[in-house]
Amino acid sequence: MTENDGYILLALVLVPLGTALLLMAVPSRERATIIGLTAVSSMAMLVMSIYAFASYSFDEAAQFQGVLAFTWIENVGLLGEKGIQLKVGLDGITASLVLLTGIVIVPGTWVSWKVQERTKDFFILLYVLTAGVFGVFVFLDLFFWFLAYEVALLPMYQLIVVWGSTRKEYGGMKLMMMLMAGSIFIFTVIFALYAHVGAATFDMEVLLDAEKSEGFQKAFFPLVAIGCGVLGALFPFHSWSPDGHASAPTAVSMLHAGVLMKVGAFGVLRLGFQMMPEGGEYWGPALVVLGITAALYGAISALRQTDMKLMMGFSSVSHMGYVFIGLGVFNSIGWTGAVLQMTAHGLMTALFFLLIGGMYDQAHNREWPAFSGMAKQMPIWTIFFMIASFASLGLPGLSGFVAEVHIFIGAFRAYPIVGGLAVLTAAITVTYLLRALAQSFFGEMNPRWESLKEITFMERAGATVLAGAIVMLGLWPAPWIDRIAPSIIEIANL
Amino acid sequence: MTDVLGNTLNLQYELLLPEIILAITAVVVLTLDAFKKELRVGYNSLPFVSVLGLVGAAVATLLLLDNRGNFALLIELDDFTTFFRLLFIGTAAVLIIGSYEYIERHVSHVGEFFALILLSTVGAIYMAAARDLLTAYLAVEVLSFSLYVAVSLAKNDPRSGEAALKYVLLGGVASAMLLYGLSLLYGVAGSTQYAEISEALAAGTGDVTLPLLLGLVLIVGGLGFKAAAVPFHNYAPDAYEGAPLPVTMYLSATSKAATFALILRWFAGPLLPAVDDWAWMLAAIAVATMVIGNLVALQQHNIKRLLAYSSISQVGYMLMAVTALAPDTGVATSGAVLVHMVGYLVTNLVVFVGVIHFYNKTGKEEISDFRGLAQTNPYLALTLTAGLFSLAGMPLLAGFFTKFILFQAVASADYLWLVIVGVVASTVSLYYYLQVIKQMYLYEPLVPGRWRLSATGYLTTGVLFFFMVAIGIWGAPLYEVADAAAGAIFFV
Repeated sequence: MTENDGYILLALVLVPLGTALLLMAVPSRERATIIGLTAVSSMAMLVMSIYAFASYSFDEAAQFQGVLAFTWIENVGLLGEKGIQLKVGLDGITASLVLLTGIVIVPGTWVSWKVQERTKDFFILLYVLTAGVFGVFVFLDLFFWFLAYEVALLPMYQLIVVWGSTRKEYGGMKLMMMLMAGSIFIFTVIFALYAHVGAATFDMEVLLDAEKSEGFQKAFFPLVAIGCGVLGALFPFHSWSPDGHASAPTAVSMLHAGVLMKVGAFGVLRLGFQMMPEGGEYWGPALVVLGITAALYGAISALRQTDMKLMMGFSSVSHMGYVFIGLGVFNSIGWTGAVLQMTAHGLMTALFFLLIGGMYDQAHNREWPAFSGMAKQMPIWTIFFMIASFASLGLPGLSGFVAEVHIFIGAFRAYPIVGGLAVLTAAITVTYLLRALAQSFFGEMNPRWESLKEITFMERAGATVLAGAIVMLGLWPAPWIDRIAPSIIEIANL
Repeated sequence: MTDVLGNTLNLQYELLLPEIILAITAVVVLTLDAFKKELRVGYNSLPFVSVLGLVGAAVATLLLLDNRGNFALLIELDDFTTFFRLLFIGTAAVLIIGSYEYIERHVSHVGEFFALILLSTVGAIYMAAARDLLTAYLAVEVLSFSLYVAVSLAKNDPRSGEAALKYVLLGGVASAMLLYGLSLLYGVAGSTQYAEISEALAAGTGDVTLPLLLGLVLIVGGLGFKAAAVPFHNYAPDAYEGAPLPVTMYLSATSKAATFALILRWFAGPLLPAVDDWAWMLAAIAVATMVIGNLVALQQHNIKRLLAYSSISQVGYMLMAVTALAPDTGVATSGAVLVHMVGYLVTNLVVFVGVIHFYNKTGKEEISDFRGLAQTNPYLALTLTAGLFSLAGMPLLAGFFTKFILFQAVASADYLWLVIVGVVASTVSLYYYLQVIKQMYLYEPLVPGRWRLSATGYLTTGVLFFFMVAIGIWGAPLYEVADAAAGAIFFV
């Protein structure tokens, strides 16, 4: 990547933001214009994220590539020469997460064209959220990093309470307040870092390289783990997640479970492990304990759920538990697995929520025991659902396997018991997924659902994109590993 | 010319031109109101002349931009004064343009109302500009007396008289406290001139700590009342609720900002050498203000009371930064206070002008009356939402940037625990702002049908909205100006 590619990274933030601004100028009755604009814009994001992913290469040896910085505020007040900069750059970890976001936003946009009520406002908020997510991944200055983080959270409330379903007011407010409470911790850490390093700058590269005392790292690492962990649904701060996902509209669930939760885990990695490695080493075991608890607790809770979205919500808590195990084992294979799991889980959760949304729009029912024999009625839907399920339970050849193998190996190396428990979790996952599959897709056809049609064309297209990515990551993970692993080793050497 | 002590006095009256213009305009407005029939002019001439006077004062300020110096050792003209001149003149202009329709309908004695606003602006400016304790005290009283009267001017609202009585009685006590504190300070330092007080306190004779401490307690108490900081805040919600809406806006904007101008002048200037004696007082008040202001706001049903408590909590954030004033980082910290003050002022004005126009249309002021506003007036709903989010410190808006700068300054002064309290408090505040936003977006309106703002409503909210977003996206120019202004007030 060259410095000019930095403009592509900047564009990743500006394109969705600009689309949101353009949409404000479009009258809300012009549905065709809205659909056209979002189609072009989401495609542009996908193309740019693929380009960014493809052009990142480890041969250039620098961890951050495509670094481009503009001065925003300098030499005023307490801020020094580099004060606050609009600085973008990519490493192997964010490259794969940027690609994930690009892949999820396209089907997310496609299925949202079904939204009939206040379509324009929906897309404005959705794209502001997307801009925030891209921002968290590409910004290398803590001011803009935190700004993007908040921008990504802010539209969630309106998106859930206006367009959501079931207990939407409760779910929306709970999610918003819990995530905002998490950002208190992050805010604190940012200022503590700034004051501790004393370089009068928020530049992340400077802060990463700076000496930080061991006491400081040990004191502030837990704050990062909690603050970002709330967004990553780290046990015991996960309780917003099933409620929030159950009440959010389809595209928001997709983006939120698919991408936003990864922002939380990524925050723990970048701001926690990378910024304060000694603190990370000290607190790593605690994170592993929380991670395995979350994995088991999420899986067992998912066993009890009859609402498909709630089941997926708890399943997400469980899968994010794997991510935190991978992070906490503090070895490079575990970290690589954690980042792979973020991508893998993002893709398959997005697919799950897309499919459940497509079903709910017709049946207005998400209780899987109420369905049976749907394979005859909706064969295509069933196939996609099976792909997502198999990826989720870690079938070789699909994305989940690659990620989970890395995490399990990392866990067995560090803490064999945890590795064993993680495998047990995978077994529980198989149970709840296969049970739901068997009940709702096979067996006698329930005549109540005879009126249901196959999912729409756009939903099928979106599901194809996601399923394709799942298969690709499962069969040929090399492009991801080639980018993630060297960046991880770079961090581990610090 | 020399005074009785033999000091040479500089009597350049042109340095006071902006305030002279404002005072003359106030007299003209009063006369115009009295002779409306004879001169055959309507109500609209009053706001028009007032705004004309404000524009004249602003032009005079800009012409005097490079004239620095003092007037008779009483008024200091520096970047700090210029900063607040423009800020207060702008606020008064927004108030008059944004709410003249409201004033015509809901305020008795309109001529006096405009005159009071103009005169109180003079008082506010001199609070920022004084370089002598007595001048500062007189300026405080000019502002306060104008506001005591203005609060009582709501037409046909019994709450207004009650509010004014409460405000004037408690305000009198606060003024007395302040004055007594100032006399103790004079006793310790032997002068009313800021510069000489600073020298005397820096020299520190040592045996005067008790009177100094008592004086500081009284000064902090008096100023705490004027700024509506906890535990001196009890009058504020009643005064805010009873006052006509534009006065409520003025109380939460100019009155607060002027108090902070004075606080910065005093605590960064003459009182800075005694920082160890007052920092803990301000820290305690700041914490109490942030916590109680935000927690009580959670229970409000009336938009005016909600905004009253929200502005109380904003005072807490700014006091927190004043606490963190220290000789080495003081300039940057006061600059940060100024940045936050401007951000708060702009945001608060957006919200208030929006609420005033909502009241013009509906005559209601309960939070539940805002239901369905997104359908009946999407523009106003968007504006209010952005304003409330900005008050909560959400990104892309002024509140995020100014709070970031403010907290950064406090954290640099090693007051990380205060930052944590501040961030927690501001997260709590998001909850009650969301309650208003929820009403606007989530529920069906009681009375359907689109309506529009008046042209001046669009103008004022539009301009303020622009500034709110501009500060949020590119706050560097504001920070630089504020930093330059803050540099003027330090002696050490």
